Amino acid sequence: MTTAEPRVVRPVPVLRVRDLVKEYGEGDAKVRALRGISLDVERGDYVAIMGASGSGKSTLMNILGCLDVPTSGTYLIDGADVGRLNEHQLAILRNRRVGFVFQSFNLIPRMSALANVELPLVYGGVGLAERRERALAALEQVGLTDRVHHEPNQLSGGQQQRVAVARALVTAPALLLADEPTGNLDTASTGDVLEIMDRLSASGRTIVLITHEDDVAAHAKRVIRLVDGEIVEDRRRAPVDGPPPRTPEKDPERDGVATR
Amino acid sequence: MNQIEILRFALRGLLANKMRSALTTLGILIGVAAVIMLVAVGEGSSQSIQQNIQRLGANTLTISPSFSGGGGGGMRVPAGGGGGGNTGPRTQARDLSLADAKALTDRTLAPSVKSVSPVVNASSTTAAYGAASHAISQFVGTYPSYFEAVNKPVAQGTYFFNDDVLAARKVVVLGRTVVAELFGTVDPIGKQISVSGVPFTVVGVLKEAGSTGMQDADDVAVAPLPAVQQSLSGFGSLGQIVVQATGAEATTAAQAEVTAILNQRHGITNNNPDYRVLNQATLQETVSAATGTFTVLLGAVAAISLLVGGIGITNIMLVTVTERTREIGIRKAIGAPRGAILGQFLMEATLLSLVGGLSGVLVAFVGTRFTVAGIEPVLVPSSVVLALGVSLGIGLFFGSYPANRAAKLRPIQALRHE
Repeated sequence: MTTAEPRVVRPVPVLRVRDLVKEYGEGDAKVRALRGISLDVERGDYVAIMGASGSGKSTLMNILGCLDVPTSGTYLIDGADVGRLNEHQLAILRNRRVGFVFQSFNLIPRMSALANVELPLVYGGVGLAERRERALAALEQVGLTDRVHHEPNQLSGGQQQRVAVARALVTAPALLLADEPTGNLDTASTGDVLEIMDRLSASGRTIVLITHEDDVAAHAKRVIRLVDGEIVEDRRRAPVDGPPPRTPEKDPERDGVATR
Repeated sequence: MNQIEILRFALRGLLANKMRSALTTLGILIGVAAVIMLVAVGEGSSQSIQQNIQRLGANTLTISPSFSGGGGGGMRVPAGGGGGGNTGPRTQARDLSLADAKALTDRTLAPSVKSVSPVVNASSTTAAYGAASHAISQFVGTYPSYFEAVNKPVAQGTYFFNDDVLAARKVVVLGRTVVAELFGTVDPIGKQISVSGVPFTVVGVLKEAGSTGMQDADDVAVAPLPAVQQSLSGFGSLGQIVVQATGAEATTAAQAEVTAILNQRHGITNNNPDYRVLNQATLQETVSAATGTFTVLLGAVAAISLLVGGIGITNIMLVTVTERTREIGIRKAIGAPRGAILGQFLMEATLLSLVGGLSGVLVAFVGTRFTVAGIEPVLVPSSVVLALGVSLGIGLFFGSYPANRAAKLRPIQALRHE
């Protein structure tokens, strides 16, 4: 069982991907979205995966988030071989080990921010009092304490994405995946979200995010570039154990927004 | 993930679309209410028919002459003719006589017979009291046992007794209609009326029986047999012999005994007797079988509407699942197990049918308090249980297809759904 494994085993990377291939369609219409991806992500790393549209980065992300299944290849999340898990174990993995932030937020409409953040805990079987406490704590982390009872359509895009980040965080997952989290946001909101990501990384959380903006990738400790479903560049910008490299010229504006 | 959470999700899902949920519920409501009410109407009509039959008398056999067979129909034969005179094909039919009636009281030959009441009917009798007059539709001359046998208790005054019969006293017990026509509000007991010119003293008034179909059962007068024979009908044959059996189970035995005695007395060897025995129990069985079929028919029609309501649930649940595919994707992406998704949609379907079913029962309870087309509906508890059970089952059955479809979706498929 995935839940029985201790988290402190150092040598096991949070993410280990080997020869991951994903093909869509059949025969002449066959498209190879991923052509054998292999990579390891250490605990505490902050990885940005970059690439043009059609480079397969979203496909990779969906597979890593256990939302899709690869055509071939194996990958381990927190030591658990995802390909060998049954449906129920997969649900538990998605619930406890992986937090997913979507480009389009994907909050559930007509449910308050608090209820949205609580939802993973509900499915995780956490009791009423504890999950309220944890959800409020997660919302505080993203700076939305005053918006907990607002529904998604009463929140701005940036606020919605921060709720989504809180939802991804609330189960304290081993891996935080973000699929173009700033793709639908204006500059100010982008700053807010990236600042939260930096803070999470600084506190030791493992983050993998997708982007096609260099500004966003500049926050990551490691940048991986995908072209046509293959890794063409893997550059480390900061050590795994160190703090994330910030972009200094953005700091004043971001802080201004964050302390609003 | 416990049941309460699933219930909360389901309720939230239903309340998000109040109008749609209400209309779907209405479909089930109508189905359940229709099943319960139509079965109740069927049961009510069946019971009212049975009551009408029972009102004619409990455990009674009515023997009346039959002229359908034989050549000598209508020929009068002196009473007390010996048995066994006729063998072979019957050439003459015999009327029922007082001696026949007396023979039926034989304790050894007819142990199942409790009482025998010979009956004569006086035709076209007009009763008058003072200026008021009334044509009594049924003027009966008989013995006191008649009252019990045909279930006509006296509400006011007394019956007449065996003494009155022996003395041929001209006393009479009247039905309600006759009393109302002749006396209005005046107390009729002890008053003298004239029946076709013959004075009769009123000693009692029958309990109201109500109308049984075409005939007014209260337009009746009952007097001692010899008094009626003397003054009105003459000493001829009997119109009927009413036999009361010792109990409900004994009616069939009593019928056999009566048939044996009469066959012997009338010399009947073939299956073509000159009398008819009407058995209330048999009649009741036949009628209840017929009304049972009627009730089943009504129930079947109502069951179809319940089925249509169930299809309505499937339809709405399919729409709901399609509409909320993205939401399902999100829920799965954040780790909702399949059981939770399945449970939520099944719960929604079940809630729809349960709420619809319960309000249907409520509507039926109210509806059956009113008289429908002259029939007082009688609520059948088993139909309530059945309708509720079926509606719940329908919710589970028809909801399981859309719910399964929702639960089976892969997260990425669901999330890409627009």
